Amino acid sequence: MEHVEALLRWIERTALAVFLQESAWAFPTIESLHVIAIALVIGTIAIVDLRLLALASVKRPYTELSRDILPCTWGAFAVAVTTGVLMFISQPVAYFANTAFRIKLTVLLLAGINMMVFQLITHRGVAKWDHDAAVPLPGKLAGALSLTFWVLVVFFGRRIGFTMSPV
Amino acid sequence: MEAFAQWLGATPVSVAIRRALWLIPLLQAVHILAIAAVLSSVAMIDLRLLGLAGRSQTLRATAQRFVPWIWTSLVVLAATGLVLVVGEPKRSLLNPAFQLKMAMVAAAVPGMLAVQALLRRNADVRNDHPHGGKMTGAFVVLTFLLWCAIAFAGRWIAYIRVA
Repeated sequence: MEHVEALLRWIERTALAVFLQESAWAFPTIESLHVIAIALVIGTIAIVDLRLLALASVKRPYTELSRDILPCTWGAFAVAVTTGVLMFISQPVAYFANTAFRIKLTVLLLAGINMMVFQLITHRGVAKWDHDAAVPLPGKLAGALSLTFWVLVVFFGRRIGFTMSPV
Repeated sequence: MEAFAQWLGATPVSVAIRRALWLIPLLQAVHILAIAAVLSSVAMIDLRLLGLAGRSQTLRATAQRFVPWIWTSLVVLAATGLVLVVGEPKRSLLNPAFQLKMAMVAAAVPGMLAVQALLRRNADVRNDHPHGGKMTGAFVVLTFLLWCAIAFAGRWIAYIRVA
């Protein structure tokens, strides 16, 4: 723990961190891009989740839909992570100690685990249900969990802004 | 406008919105989720028109899937936005970022109607490449960037201090 704090304090003094703290426009710009990227992550992943839940796009085969949409999701996710890391670098000690931030990262981890379980287990049998409107229960569950986790990510993400003091 | 913001901020409704502890962050989160629906739906329609995604779908199917989400989400955005403005009228109404955002929304809505007309005109087209050439492509990219700029200006409201 001591090492972590020493590392965070070191990050906070790097030239990049100092620039982010002192610039009037850098942080708001990065945060705005972060919101747009997250909006695209959630909006596109929701299209896939709603397909799993048989609530939309039911006429499209699951594999065709996901091949079409998930590259957009990953592209947006890469931007969200990059901008997120930059925001973290500006105040690493304070973010690390922030409860909403910790909850957000935990939920993000859960979303990742949910996706991996779906991809490694449920998705193996995709040939059997690819064209069906109704997906087997584990697939539905993965869709519902994904939607829930991402909504929570937005909520706790916004909560961070209300519980951190500006530089 | 300043007098109006002053008056609105002093009304009991405005005071109640500010005092409800979780209300403002909660509304902002819902606002962002609705932005997610608008941006992603616009992106899907635009990528389809550019021939970059959803090529197995006719334009009619693409429109039916995504257009209703855009208008429904815009209603949610207007409703949550309205409560946020009533709650903190000075923070928004007198804010140049907010004013710019509203001006861009006023341009984006007719832009969306134009995209919808484009979809309707070519409703049965499937498996094609870009529609109507470079002009359509440029228009579609421009409307998407306009929606992004709206979200961008929205976040900046928090950073421009209004005296």
